[in-house]
Amino acid sequence: MATLSEQQHKRLHPHKFTLWIGIASMLMMFAGFTSAYIVKKNQSNWLEFALPPVFWYSTVVILISSLTLFLAAQSFKARNIRRYRALLTITAGLGVLFAVLQWTGFDYLVSHGVKIIGSGSNPAGSFLGVITGVHIIHVLGGVIALIVMFIKAYSKHRKSYNPIPIEVMSIYWHFVDGLWIYLFIFYNLISG
Amino acid sequence: MSNEEVLHSQTATGHVHDTDHDHNGHHHHHETFITKYVFSQDHKMIAKQFLITGMFWAVMGGLMSVLFRVQLAYPDESFPFLETLLGKWAKGGHISADAYYALVTTHGTVLVFFVLTAGLSGTFANFLIPLQIGARDMASPFLNMLSYWFFLAASVVMLSSVFVETGPFSGGWTAYPPLSALGSASPGSKTGMDLWLIAMALFVVSSLLGGLNYIATILNMRTKGMTMTRLPLTIWALFFTAVLGVLSFPVLLSGFILLIFDRNFGTSFYLSDIYVNGVGALPNEGGSAILYQHLFWFLGHPEVYIIILPAMGIVSEVMSTNARKPIFGYMAMVGSLFAIAVLAFLVWAHHMFVSGLNPFLGSFFVLLTLLIAVPSAIKVFNWLTTLWRGNIRFTPGMLYSIGFVSMFISGGLTGIYLGNSALDIHLHDTYFIVAHFHIVMGVAGIFGMYAGIYHWFPKMYGRYLNNTLAYIHFWITFVGAYLIFWPMHYEGLAGMPRRYYDYTNWESFKMFAGVNLFITVVALIVFAVQILFLFNFFYSIFKGRKVTSQNPWGSNTLEWTAPIRPGHGNWEGEIPEVHRWAYDYGKDGKDFIAQTTPVGAEEGKH
Repeated sequence: MATLSEQQHKRLHPHKFTLWIGIASMLMMFAGFTSAYIVKKNQSNWLEFALPPVFWYSTVVILISSLTLFLAAQSFKARNIRRYRALLTITAGLGVLFAVLQWTGFDYLVSHGVKIIGSGSNPAGSFLGVITGVHIIHVLGGVIALIVMFIKAYSKHRKSYNPIPIEVMSIYWHFVDGLWIYLFIFYNLISG
Repeated sequence: MSNEEVLHSQTATGHVHDTDHDHNGHHHHHETFITKYVFSQDHKMIAKQFLITGMFWAVMGGLMSVLFRVQLAYPDESFPFLETLLGKWAKGGHISADAYYALVTTHGTVLVFFVLTAGLSGTFANFLIPLQIGARDMASPFLNMLSYWFFLAASVVMLSSVFVETGPFSGGWTAYPPLSALGSASPGSKTGMDLWLIAMALFVVSSLLGGLNYIATILNMRTKGMTMTRLPLTIWALFFTAVLGVLSFPVLLSGFILLIFDRNFGTSFYLSDIYVNGVGALPNEGGSAILYQHLFWFLGHPEVYIIILPAMGIVSEVMSTNARKPIFGYMAMVGSLFAIAVLAFLVWAHHMFVSGLNPFLGSFFVLLTLLIAVPSAIKVFNWLTTLWRGNIRFTPGMLYSIGFVSMFISGGLTGIYLGNSALDIHLHDTYFIVAHFHIVMGVAGIFGMYAGIYHWFPKMYGRYLNNTLAYIHFWITFVGAYLIFWPMHYEGLAGMPRRYYDYTNWESFKMFAGVNLFITVVALIVFAVQILFLFNFFYSIFKGRKVTSQNPWGSNTLEWTAPIRPGHGNWEGEIPEVHRWAYDYGKDGKDFIAQTTPVGAEEGKH
């Protein structure tokens, strides 16, 4: 096993590598969205509005979830499975909480006269809705992956001390976290 | 230790009871019909699935072009069999205008995406990457299988759109809004467009899953000694193709997502001040149709290189093998592939010169577009110098490779005309552009695909295709392709617009009635010859002459060191080790030296 782990440190694990290419691909998608946003904003008929304040809370929530997943990975490597399960659950819960908070942000906008979809909506609001919505889907995809790992952590038939799945999971989760930070800064700078 | 073993040893630690693990690749799976032919995770079977699904679509797309060519050739005559075939879409034996637009649109979508993307790179990336880099399978065989099944799902949805009451989408393969965004715009913009979007979204997922896998496999799973600079050019080309796909398809997807919101959720990303049949203005306000064009062409342009790069790679490999000479300028070939891949992302606005683009901005896109001529010319030069004084064997694969170079030159030259924004004002949306992209992308792409099929058929099925049929197929297709598309240049220079249903009302285009008839007759003949190829293909799978030697073409690459009919895992025993590049033909008086042969002490340098 010593040679195995030595080898792995030298070269990126194929699954991680595939994920990194996937991340490049997802980045291109959001780059497409945000450049469309910039192009459209510089044309006529763009509604200026303030971001919902709840986005600050959701930002804090997703940052904490990254921390809990980091700790979960650490406890997994320390073979502290009880703590690992608990932190995994908290992370998934925070992911769902993040999605809910984003949703209340949309509600806030609608109640303040910024329609996201439907008749009378302005592309400014729709862009915010679609980009944030696609990001929420990415977060919820991560939550599903967390639930799968959670079930595996309780499985009696399979005992695995292979750290690769939790490492791959962490890379993805920190990526969607960072993606939201990017989007949040983008909204604030470009819209402000 | 290879990555494959890393992957496997982890599976072994995952199962507590799985103590005995086989490292020699003798996988004795219980293969049922379902796991072998349907839900296969063997890259070779997935390649065949891609190929045959692609061929199905090629027939469908070709048939559609034959139908609308009939309309263009005989605008006034009626053909009762068309009513039998198309029903209400051809009342009285005349293809209706709506049906014509739907046929043109579906022909374009299907040929570009389903045949020349999935059928071409899906087939050869799957088949060649593991075999030529010396891997037992892809980095993730499961994702690979998913990639095919997403493609099949996309195919089923696209096919179903042909049968809905309002017909398939009919607003052109580019699906520009507002035609694509408003159901009231035309019959095809209703259910047909919804199905088109679903099919394309599934297709994007399929391409991404495939592309991720191809990149990961090429970079991680090469056998011992297979450095990047020893890779066959097929693999380099497929690598850049996958990179282009992975970086550009997501942008198309974001464009589609916005379009879906405009269609179904009343947003106004692309719509503003719209009147449909005097009804309006619609409530959508503040959108920009040009925005869609930017997002579409940011994929759309790399897409043409996604089509042509695999063909270039296949041609380089087949040509070097059959000229019995090393490929001329290997590193220049790799460098020009890289240059094309980079430039592919910087030229999309040349599709939008007449969309109201700022002429100052346009001049940059002219410059960048014309720059692509440099790597393209390097490649053409290298192919010609590979042929120069070669000991050429005119196998069908070789003929198609030479045909590819011919098409690439003819179609590439007109690209230089079209890349100029000033000339484009006249040539835009005429038959000149139709001629250009059909020759340089359509026919050249198909020729690359045929070169690959004829060359690797013995490896795929352990049998040969019939050579006589192959030569008939090649010569009629080659001559026919020029006869179809060459005259279109003249029509386009005269200003004849593309996509029109009937040109008889225009005094200026009446003189082309004869040319249009001629093109249609040749198209019918060429289509019939493709059926001959299909017969050859399927007949030879079962009844073709059997391959008896492991390396029938005398080729250097690794796939010919595998058994004639390789099982899942490709090589029995050890994976071959590589000692040299793939192009040692005619070196030191030897006809060819396989990549697995160690470099001798007295050997000259290449």
